[in-house]
Amino acid sequence: MAVKVSLKVNGKSVSAEVEERTLLVTVIRENLRLTGTHVGCDTAQCGACTVSMNGKAVKSCSILAMQAEGAEVMTIEGVAKPDGTLHPMQAAFKEHHGLQCGFCTPGMVMNAIDFAKSHPNPSEQEVREALEGNLCRCTGYHNIVKAIGAGARAMAASK
Amino acid sequence: MNAPLIGARIERKEDYRFLTGAGQYTDDVELPRQSYAAFVRSPHAHAKIRKISLDKARQAPGFIAAYTGEDFAAAKLGGLPCGWLITDVNGQPMKEPPHPCLAQGKVRYVGDQVAIVVAETSEQARDAAERVNVDYEVLPAVVDGSKARAKGAPQLHDIAPDNTCYVWALGDKAVTDAAFAKAAHVTKLDFINNRLIPNALEPRVANGSYSRADDSYTLYVASQNPHVERLLMTAFVMGLPEHKVRVVAGDVGGGFGSKIYLYAEDVAVTWASKQVNRPVKWTSDRSEAFLSDAHGRDHHTVAELALDKDGKFLAMRVKTTANVGAYLSTFASCVPTILYATLLAGQYKTPVIHCEVTAVFTNTTPVDAYRGAGRPEATYVVERLVETAAREMKIDPAEIRRRNFITAFPYQTPVALMYDIGDYNATMDAAQKLADVSGFSKRKEQSIKNGKLRGLGYAAYIEACGIAPSAVAGSLGARAGLFEAGEVRVHPTGSVTVFTGSHSHGQGHETTFAQVVADRLGMPIENVDIVHGDTSKILFGMGTYGSRSIAVGGTAIVKALDKVIAKGKKIAAHLMEAAEADVEYDRGVYTVKGTDKKKMFGEVAFAAYVPHNYPHDKLEPGLNENAFYDPSNFTFPAGTYVCEVEVDPETGVVRIEKFTAVDDFGKIINPMIVEGQVHGGLTQGIGQALTEGCRYDDATGQLLTGSFMDYCIPRATDVPSYQVDTRETPCTHNPLGVKGCGEAGAIGAPAALMNAITDALGVTDMPMPATPQTVWRTLQNKKAA
Ligand code: FES
Ligand code: FES
Repeated sequence: MAVKVSLKVNGKSVSAEVEERTLLVTVIRENLRLTGTHVGCDTAQCGACTVSMNGKAVKSCSILAMQAEGAEVMTIEGVAKPDGTLHPMQAAFKEHHGLQCGFCTPGMVMNAIDFAKSHPNPSEQEVREALEGNLCRCTGYHNIVKAIGAGARAMAASK
Repeated sequence: MNAPLIGARIERKEDYRFLTGAGQYTDDVELPRQSYAAFVRSPHAHAKIRKISLDKARQAPGFIAAYTGEDFAAAKLGGLPCGWLITDVNGQPMKEPPHPCLAQGKVRYVGDQVAIVVAETSEQARDAAERVNVDYEVLPAVVDGSKARAKGAPQLHDIAPDNTCYVWALGDKAVTDAAFAKAAHVTKLDFINNRLIPNALEPRVANGSYSRADDSYTLYVASQNPHVERLLMTAFVMGLPEHKVRVVAGDVGGGFGSKIYLYAEDVAVTWASKQVNRPVKWTSDRSEAFLSDAHGRDHHTVAELALDKDGKFLAMRVKTTANVGAYLSTFASCVPTILYATLLAGQYKTPVIHCEVTAVFTNTTPVDAYRGAGRPEATYVVERLVETAAREMKIDPAEIRRRNFITAFPYQTPVALMYDIGDYNATMDAAQKLADVSGFSKRKEQSIKNGKLRGLGYAAYIEACGIAPSAVAGSLGARAGLFEAGEVRVHPTGSVTVFTGSHSHGQGHETTFAQVVADRLGMPIENVDIVHGDTSKILFGMGTYGSRSIAVGGTAIVKALDKVIAKGKKIAAHLMEAAEADVEYDRGVYTVKGTDKKKMFGEVAFAAYVPHNYPHDKLEPGLNENAFYDPSNFTFPAGTYVCEVEVDPETGVVRIEKFTAVDDFGKIINPMIVEGQVHGGLTQGIGQALTEGCRYDDATGQLLTGSFMDYCIPRATDVPSYQVDTRETPCTHNPLGVKGCGEAGAIGAPAALMNAITDALGVTDMPMPATPQTVWRTLQNKKAA
């Protein structure tokens, strides 16, 4: 049975005809063609699909599209300023080489931005624990941890 | 002229697109009239196929087409080829059973492809695939390599009796045995190098399309080497002319070896796209990736080291059974042989070595190269033996290594390699210092006071990278060349596009290669773009694996640059009215010796494309050169890793307190990127030793570790921040002096970590991964003994 969902994605109102079983990530990637949000697993373990929904980082592979009815969703495409300037967290990932293949990166950044809101000056251990739900196979986390610490401090400073 | 770019920490050019969601990975490619494929896979480890019924699938909503092995046989599609022929101890070729893209009469592992179903959406393709009815006659299965040759073991392939692919050996057995007979001490270990599942975070994807307009195919695929993929697919499987197939591997989300190979799915979607006359896309999900991506490692080894009374190594004897899985994957045969036994000298002057490898087929996913490929297995053998010998002989483990280090170069090992250069004492010195080894005993006392165990372990690894001289590889059985190609296209206004046959799937070539080019041409890095991953743009390529990109691919670019600069010199001589011999070049500026005349590279480029004042009698216009580079030797990165762990005897939990890596990668282009490669490699190596291990059920052959919930790739809390540093002995046989850095971490880390854990526990050996349960059990067994 097709159902219609309407939500706001990156500030724009959108709607899509979906099946009841359709996942939010499918709407984002396939209906809206916002392909920055990735799918790295089928057991809600990797975090590559992380987006912000109503201000909280969520795994969009674990949410039905119907559950996002009326929600405000932000994907990685909506993070930089409209003129293309990187968000401080994105800039920190670039500066600290917090990405290699880039596949985990959008999810990492979305999770990190949410985390930084409540942790303006996190310790290394806090950052590592915050990454519990995000897998990276390339970087060994070393530089991601550095980037998130620096990004959080930059976000706090720019407030 | 700009500041030197070689050796500079430059932020990566590719990052902006990855950070803003603008990367274009293969699954992001959506073609007009796209259709979607799903595969029917065997749920059994070993079974005969009695009958396949597609009737119900045909009635599924959105169904377009379905094909089975029968269709592929009727279309005369060949099987998947193996790219390396190993000759066994009796001079016979290895057994190469057919590896059909879709099963022909029999399935041989859980996940083996049985049928492809094409539908309007990916969900519909999956739904339809579930309605394919396959009638199986289940057969007994064998999954453990050590049991594959046992009497009465289930037989996989008629042409491979005793499930044996080959028995292969390297080294002089008689001389080795004689050296053992005279030894003052022999250390012997019997261990398993655990099977790993690579798990690049981007699952494999293949999107094939066919154009009736010009009878050509395009395959978008997550691949590490698109040209090789095309070559194998056209020449060996589909019988298509190479120029009618374009293979595009755009942004690829990690490979680690698993995306080197030609897979059945790639062929199937390409072939199906012609049948249905629409593009056909297959996107693996993670569960499928666990079953169908080539696995890594899986050795059972008995290894012995013979020493004299002073701890000098006299000989090494190694016997390995390598489980290659159900079929030979693209490079499966060379990994446990050529890339393994040749590394058993390590950093040491061991005068004689003998290694025998038996490769066996089992009812498991095919095994092939995974980050390090053979070299982690070799390093594990050597470095576990050396450390154990030191403990048994009560010699300091660093000291025993120093007593045996190779110190004079070039050095011919007894296992066929010629090391060109290295300084193993330098990396050992630096690592000991950085790891504060001298403070270890104090830290250990403190741990003991806290009721904990503490241990320290070394690994002094070596690897052979930059594979390889083609002639040598060919004589060892390689069925392909191993050179690399590059093209430097200078545009009229002086900016540059470089085309490389190397492929970047996280390594940052768009930055590193651009640094090399911009440095030589004296221009800002923004003026250089690197293009890779498309057979229609790049002249040729052997792709990226074996840490070969900078050493082989980078050198090809440098060779092409040399040609550009040389032609530019002729043009500059003409423009400055000087003799060519008097023109000098340095990073973007042509000058005439003894004068103040100069021409910038950009002016020369412009003259080449607007040749009004130009030496037409001697030169063609334009500035575009390419080069193929075939290395004269491998490169030999080496280093020392020191790992310090604390173990909680109550829970068996191992905490890595400190991990120090000092590597010699030769010259370094971008230290930031190199460090990142080391961090990533170390983490995969730590994964092997601490958290990762592929398990099959012995009785049924079912994969027990089929998701991230039971196959644990390290998370951020499992690993520490690393201390990394480098020492530099420039490679002697390539112009950049580079050696490669992609695999080192994965090669050295497992041995260092297991040496540390066994030290903490006070045991000789224990299996990987050292999960809390395994550690705890090992401690209980020790207590009981
Ligand atoms: S795709 Fe959502 S957690 Fe892996
Ligand atoms: S950068 Fe490749 S998975 Fe994280």
